[in-house]
Amino acid sequence: MIKYLKTDDAKCVGCMNCTATCSVKYFKEDNPAKSCIRVEGLGNNRFHLAACDQECRRCVAECPTKALFVGPTGIVIMNKSLCVGCLACVAVCPIEAMFYFPGDKNPFKCIACGSCVKSCPKGALSIEDKPDSEKSRFPFDVESRVAPTRALPGKSEALSGAAK
Amino acid sequence: MSMTIKDFRLLSEQSYEKRPVVKGYNMRTLHADLGTKKFREKPVSEQMKDTFVGGKGFGLRLLWDSTTPATRWDSPENEIVIAMGPVCGNTNYPGSGKSLVCALSPMTDVPIDSNVGGYFGPYLKFSGFDALELQGKADTETIVFIDGIEGKLAFYEVPDSLKLDYDTHLLAETLTHAFARDEKGLQFVSVVSAGRGADHSPMGVLNFSLYDKRRQGIRVKQAGRGGIGSVLRNKKIRAIVARYQGVEQDSNNAADPAAVQRIGLKLHREIIVNDDKQCKMRKQGTAHLMEVMNDYDLLPTKNHKYGQDPRGPEIASWVWEKLFSQDLPDGCWYGCTMACAHAVDHFELETGPYKGQKVCVDGPEYETAAGVGSNLYVYDTHGILELNFYCDTYGIDTISFGTMTSFLMECWELGVLNKDRTDGIDLAWGNWQGAAQILHDMADGKRFGVLAGKGVKFLAEYFTKEYGADAQVMKDIALHGKGLEQSEYVSKESLAQQGGYYLTNKGPQHDEAWLIFMDMVNNRIPTFENKAEALHYFPMFRTWLGLLGLCKLPWNDVEPADNARHKEPNKVPEHVDNYCNLYTAITGLPMNSEMMVVQSERIYNFQRSFNVRQGHGHRAEDYPPYRAMGPVFEDEYQARAERYDKQMLEKIGIDPMGKSLAEKVAITRKHRLSQYDSLIDAVFKRRGWTSDGCPTPEHLKKIGMDLPEVILVVEARIAGKA
Ligand code: SF4
Ligand code: SF4
Ligand code: SF4
Repeated sequence: MIKYLKTDDAKCVGCMNCTATCSVKYFKEDNPAKSCIRVEGLGNNRFHLAACDQECRRCVAECPTKALFVGPTGIVIMNKSLCVGCLACVAVCPIEAMFYFPGDKNPFKCIACGSCVKSCPKGALSIEDKPDSEKSRFPFDVESRVAPTRALPGKSEALSGAAK
Repeated sequence: MSMTIKDFRLLSEQSYEKRPVVKGYNMRTLHADLGTKKFREKPVSEQMKDTFVGGKGFGLRLLWDSTTPATRWDSPENEIVIAMGPVCGNTNYPGSGKSLVCALSPMTDVPIDSNVGGYFGPYLKFSGFDALELQGKADTETIVFIDGIEGKLAFYEVPDSLKLDYDTHLLAETLTHAFARDEKGLQFVSVVSAGRGADHSPMGVLNFSLYDKRRQGIRVKQAGRGGIGSVLRNKKIRAIVARYQGVEQDSNNAADPAAVQRIGLKLHREIIVNDDKQCKMRKQGTAHLMEVMNDYDLLPTKNHKYGQDPRGPEIASWVWEKLFSQDLPDGCWYGCTMACAHAVDHFELETGPYKGQKVCVDGPEYETAAGVGSNLYVYDTHGILELNFYCDTYGIDTISFGTMTSFLMECWELGVLNKDRTDGIDLAWGNWQGAAQILHDMADGKRFGVLAGKGVKFLAEYFTKEYGADAQVMKDIALHGKGLEQSEYVSKESLAQQGGYYLTNKGPQHDEAWLIFMDMVNNRIPTFENKAEALHYFPMFRTWLGLLGLCKLPWNDVEPADNARHKEPNKVPEHVDNYCNLYTAITGLPMNSEMMVVQSERIYNFQRSFNVRQGHGHRAEDYPPYRAMGPVFEDEYQARAERYDKQMLEKIGIDPMGKSLAEKVAITRKHRLSQYDSLIDAVFKRRGWTSDGCPTPEHLKKIGMDLPEVILVVEARIAGKA
């Protein structure tokens, strides 16, 4: 299962409570540029909410140091000590939900903590579960195709990797 | 069996003060003396930084100072210098992890420079050094260790009893595990090594490793050209190991780190969006060129006799795409989203000592697929992969090996070679097993491989002397310049590319100028002056990438969608701007496209003067063998008769009608040689060199490369004293 922040654009009124809550929680300042959810004004009082769907995992597959990994509840998490700040993850995210703040070392993203959910007066946000999918398995499939079949130094037995 | 550091005998150890990089520079380099087993820091002066910039500039400067005109490749004082450059190691701009390696080459006797990925260079830089010099010779097998985590430098001896492997795919893997602090630290180790082939042939490469977390094994990138791996082994260095932990977005302490991010992200996005519509580097790497080259009669086959074969599609990009494992972040340094460093996984070897084992093959890149593939008439991906793998692990340059083996195969076809002379190896075109046998012999230092491994320059003379082969034919088809084998583009129909190959400082390697399309296909540089200008600008621009620690591929293997609207699309102006901005963002110093050329011109002329100092750098050394210029044989002419006849009529002004084949070959040859002569004249003039190819003191003054020691060298040459 994958835990994620579900967004409903139709309900959003652009109050920016969610971005305030998120940026204060993780960056100790109210700054929409430091929020893991983005509120995009589309004009005519319509808004689009963008936050990681935890499912596409393109960033996980792209990260050269494996700083990005999938946690036990299915969310994509960053291990900052491994992150080299390359921004490859930012570039590959199809919905621009991997953020970075100019001059800061590491990008950041939604981890479905749910803090913003409570702050939304219109019920546009909720934490939900969804099943694994072909997309969500992608980084693991890629990896299993190249996993070693030989014995590694220090290990007596060959790992069981999928040979081609 | 797994090893740890303790299994090696510690010969000496020193601590050093760790200091952060400031605006891309450490302002110190490291000198390692293999003889005395001592390390020494050298400060980088402001003058060195201003004049030599970094990377290849630093490498050549240090090499010049440490060697003399009498130094040969195997003299103890010859050095391997690994230098990075101020921009190297940033993780934001794709292609920023290159090391430049310089040494006096066993193949050419002059400085070689090679641009290589892998984590070693950036780790060395962030450990605190802008360059590493390796000088002297060890008397026992030695490991040089730079520990940027603990701030220690050490020499280790490899006890024979340890039975440590020589071949890279085993050696680098073992050492990565031995020198990592723990399982989590594997990615923080990088190893530089060669292999057994480099012990017995001057065409040895250096393999620079990176640890691939997904494959749970090491990958290697090659400092391929000019035999630096052979220098390493001649010094009895088994490996150089660097260890560093803590690479961050701003490990360079850039003047403007946010600008570095911005410029980098712009290119990341351009690659993600455009690559699939353009070069497909992320899926195919440089192998995307295969069918393009075959279509344009540029993919060498049969020792560059032809550039096209109906079998070309058998090794086309789409074939490689299926073989390469897809969707992996295969950059040779962090943050290279161009990710061209592809590999074939679980490849089962059919020959040699590792027969039957499944390995990961790094590559092939275009040069390798052409060099050990089409050029040997091997249109068989298995054969190419097998040769690719063994070249790498034995520490042999795939390009030199490919060009050398195709020369041997042509000699076989011509009857110069037979089984008596090859120790039983059948060298018929396409027999990759025969080529593999040469390679295994090179590694073993036995049989025919030892002779073959000496390179085509030597072989051409040897076959003439020993086997009575036709001296002119041998000269014509031995595809080398200055002793270095030519890389894998057919240059016959592009005069500018002949210059791009042979008017180089180091020998015919395509990394200085690749002008074939501009010249031959698009006809953008029709006059000698146009060609000379291109042979000025492009080598200078590409030299600059080597001063900074950058990769060439993200410059023009991806382009902004609107690149064509520029007046000079071949220069990819927006990317040139990126580079200027990146340089400024990191160093805090101004940069523009003219200053770039000036910086490079200094180094380029310094390198040429270095050649002069070593007794080379004469015009006579800048001519291609005729195979690189035109059809050597009648059947070679015949196969493209329509083209050559047309040229004879239109360009030479001679009617081919009624001329015999022999006459036509001779007329074409005479014309092409004289064209090349005119090209040299125009290029040397543009470069500010004498007609013999020596930089003039006036020119050196004009560009700011008027160091007294350099002026002395060129003055002596011009005065006829050297
Ligand atoms: S910025 Fe960090 S998390 Fe993102 S891809 Fe690069 S190393 Fe991985
Ligand atoms: S690429 Fe974007 S949407 Fe996909 S998992 Fe990563 S952050 Fe979430
Ligand atoms: S483009 Fe390829 S060779 Fe160049 S830095 Fe990127 S991965 Fe390395």
